[in-house]
Amino acid sequence: MSAPEKTSTAADGFPIEAKPWPRRFHQASWDEPIIFDLSVPGARGVLPPLPEPGVTALVGDPAAELPEAIGRATPPALPEMSQMHVVRHFERLSQENIGVDLNIDIGQGTCTMKYSPKVNDQLVSAPSVADTHPLQDPSTVQGTLEIMWRLERMLAEISGMDRVSLQPGAGSSAIWTNVAMIRAWHESRGESDRRDEVITTIFSHPSNAAAAKVAGYRVITLYPDADGYPDLEALKSVVSERTAALLITNPEDTGIFNPRITEFVRVVHEAGGLCCYDQANANGILGITRARDAGFDLCHFNIHKTFSTPHGCGGPGSGAVCVSAELAPFLPRPTIERGEDGLYLDNERPLSIGKVRPWYGVTPNLVRAYAWVMSLGAEGLRQVAETAVLNNNYLMKKVLEIRGVSAPYASGQRRIEQVRYSWEDLTRDTGIHSEQIGFRAADFGTHYWTSHHPFVVPEPMTLEPTESYSREDLDEYTAILAEIAREAYEDAETITTAPHSSTIHQINHTALDDPDRWAVTWRAYKRKHLAG
Amino acid sequence: MRDDQRSAHPYIPNSIPDVRAAMLGAVGAASIEDFYAGVPDEIRLQRPLDLPTPIRAESDLVRHVQALLAQNTSTRDAISFLGGGCYQHHVPAVCDEINSRSEFLTAYAGEPYEDHGRFQALFEYESMMGELLLRDVVNVPVYDGFQAAGTAVRMASRITGRRRALMSASVSADKRSKIGDYVRPDVDIELVPFDLETGRLDLAALQARLGPDVACVFVENPGYLGPIEIDGPEIVRLAHAAGALAVVSVDPSMLGVLAPPSSWGADIDCGDIQPLGLHQHFGGANGGFIASDDDPTVVMEYPSRLFGIVPTVVPGEIGFGDVAYERTSFAVREEGKEWVGTAASLWGITAAVYLALMGPEGMRDLGTTMMARARYAMTRLGSVPGIRVPFAATPHAKEFVLDVSPSGRSASSVSAALRERGIFLGIDLTQEQPGLGEAVLVAVTEVVTQDDIDRLADACAEVLQ
Repeated sequence: MSAPEKTSTAADGFPIEAKPWPRRFHQASWDEPIIFDLSVPGARGVLPPLPEPGVTALVGDPAAELPEAIGRATPPALPEMSQMHVVRHFERLSQENIGVDLNIDIGQGTCTMKYSPKVNDQLVSAPSVADTHPLQDPSTVQGTLEIMWRLERMLAEISGMDRVSLQPGAGSSAIWTNVAMIRAWHESRGESDRRDEVITTIFSHPSNAAAAKVAGYRVITLYPDADGYPDLEALKSVVSERTAALLITNPEDTGIFNPRITEFVRVVHEAGGLCCYDQANANGILGITRARDAGFDLCHFNIHKTFSTPHGCGGPGSGAVCVSAELAPFLPRPTIERGEDGLYLDNERPLSIGKVRPWYGVTPNLVRAYAWVMSLGAEGLRQVAETAVLNNNYLMKKVLEIRGVSAPYASGQRRIEQVRYSWEDLTRDTGIHSEQIGFRAADFGTHYWTSHHPFVVPEPMTLEPTESYSREDLDEYTAILAEIAREAYEDAETITTAPHSSTIHQINHTALDDPDRWAVTWRAYKRKHLAG
Repeated sequence: MRDDQRSAHPYIPNSIPDVRAAMLGAVGAASIEDFYAGVPDEIRLQRPLDLPTPIRAESDLVRHVQALLAQNTSTRDAISFLGGGCYQHHVPAVCDEINSRSEFLTAYAGEPYEDHGRFQALFEYESMMGELLLRDVVNVPVYDGFQAAGTAVRMASRITGRRRALMSASVSADKRSKIGDYVRPDVDIELVPFDLETGRLDLAALQARLGPDVACVFVENPGYLGPIEIDGPEIVRLAHAAGALAVVSVDPSMLGVLAPPSSWGADIDCGDIQPLGLHQHFGGANGGFIASDDDPTVVMEYPSRLFGIVPTVVPGEIGFGDVAYERTSFAVREEGKEWVGTAASLWGITAAVYLALMGPEGMRDLGTTMMARARYAMTRLGSVPGIRVPFAATPHAKEFVLDVSPSGRSASSVSAALRERGIFLGIDLTQEQPGLGEAVLVAVTEVVTQDDIDRLADACAEVLQ
């Protein structure tokens, strides 16, 4: 792969030589100690207020009068630091982290790493969002309720469903919410004892299987057929009067859209089960096809993925569940309703599954998502989907030109928004594994992800380029993979000893599975490894 | 609004028509439609989505959203005594500075190399929470304190092989709802009444319910209604005598002055980190912690990620990784412990920043001030005619119950009258705790001053006159 043509080349090397391609990179590496080692006895980072003399005069010091067993004799052994040193420590750590803003973040496939508009961050930092309490009188928070109500209507339209709850904390929480509603729906019909099985697919997120298990279901997992589609015949062989629901993703992480999805839904409905659509992979189908139109009873969106809110190193995310009218009575309480005096929160919902989290949802992300949809509209969302798909197919064409990589299943067909590739050929030829390619990718300032477990696709790599990346970005990421593949064939040691220019070097992780040596806190580390 | 036909969208680089055409050409596609060939016609949406007209200019978008939000009254525009799990604590500026850092804010699930910073920050979160709680094991945060409580109860059930859990009836109705629905396939929750005189758990009632099928006793300290559970050690002793575990939900902001449950023998701690440097966000900023001793039989029951510290090939260099990853649903799907997913890492990092800023003395000052001002408020309000402060003889943390039934007024009418005077009184308890009269839960954090409390007492006297 050659460098982009617009890279400047000065024949005499002056004033600046052409840049190498892919770019050289070195991550910040501050060699920062664990924070406890920065402690200086007596230092203070921020001072809380002290009780006023009038308060003390009236009540004394109640904390000092606590019974001995319940009062704290020794303050917690937290680090003692002046304010600037706290700032410096955490800003250094932040520099040893790579967010979407800094890298071409297409390597965390299925995570839908897209640009989170800064203006939306500003909007939610205002006191009118950040400094409001969930149990203020509804008359004092009509603005937020209005935004949530409108966002619910938007998601109902995008999914084709009738009602929406924004309460779930993120994607897996939304999956749980849907499973809990499925359970409650069958209970309301007196069928919960008989319907004790949930069917899902191996390419659906692990939480579909895991949440169903927590809800008390036996989990049946379908594997793909030879073409990579969820196996319809396998579904027919397991569906029965014991089937409570099908939990399925479409497209799955292979990026292949299941064209027989309505048939899946029909088979399960005929057996009396519900159909629940995990729309974590919705980014490529916004405005193209809708969950309800395929017959689904419930679905969920990952607001932090499809609707652009920042991922926060692993949350807070935000989830939305969308249901048909028949399932609406089972939604978490409260729902937002419009009455004569404006919007209000309705807790009087006897069939509701109750609470799935405190209050109403991850409000800052809901406001961000509303602003994001408002900046795009219907045509803009369609442009998001189409561009995500265009980017993915462009990237696939480029990646498949690299030696050693393939895209299993559905050979020659287009994909939707992501692809699960395989380095099986490269591993066979060179002994380099996909995971090691990821370690080396860190040397180029990029993320890289293999796949959820188990690895159905051997030596997997999952790339999802969303709508946020330019053609040049896609070319650059491809160039990085091509360079690593070249190294695998010509200079494998560079990979087996990677990373070289990341924050740290290869980890010795043997202690992580050894109860005698693992250490989840600094105090555990000191006890196990520094004692004596 | 003018129809905005500009084709390139600022968030979509490849929306430039020429670029799209070139990319289509590069992949040999006639149009975008080629990519959707696998989507059957009968489920294709044959019309545009029915959504509001977009507001494409950033300045217009700001005006639009701000106009909606201008309908809100923030707790900065009033004197707020609202708490009940979501608190108006002071958020140090440094907390907002760090959690706004793009490197943290926009990152996700990177590996221990390129995202070393989040691993270290979250390990430090675990470690500082460990000091607060005096525990060797603390998880990477789950969604919220409700989820943490539900999981803690499930962990206790798995560890003991038992399916009854005894829970204080003072736990909030919402929290009971979440825990109950979350655990019910495997655990039966049974409420234990609290003493209406003291607000503390009724120990005789607890003892009467304990038996060989009880997995755990679940209590909060302080309780949702404010009293400190000064019989905590005895509750733990009774639970252990029955072979049950003691699970204690604690408010971390009080642990500068309250002994952590581990020091009185509890087995599993849980709670919410919202008080540690997070804004209220209309109840949308939470993170759940679970903590325990470093007993492998307990550790293996955590569903959450546990970041552990390890060496690298370079002497002195620190690395991190997942401890006992094979217990998680990431590793083994439904064979794992419950599930794990995107939850609240950024808030964990924020809590770490908060605890580093506060330090030992800051946490002690915080607890001391809140306890003093809360007691001051109890005393001042208790002397207002028409107001009763139940449980007043019990030590309280930062919240307390106030009952206006002696005045003959309803809690809601008093709250409304105070709202007119720029005061958010507290949480109406009449639905969830009808036995407490016309009761309101009042929170006094460190941002509430003596002057604010005096104004509340004066306003109450005026309203109840």
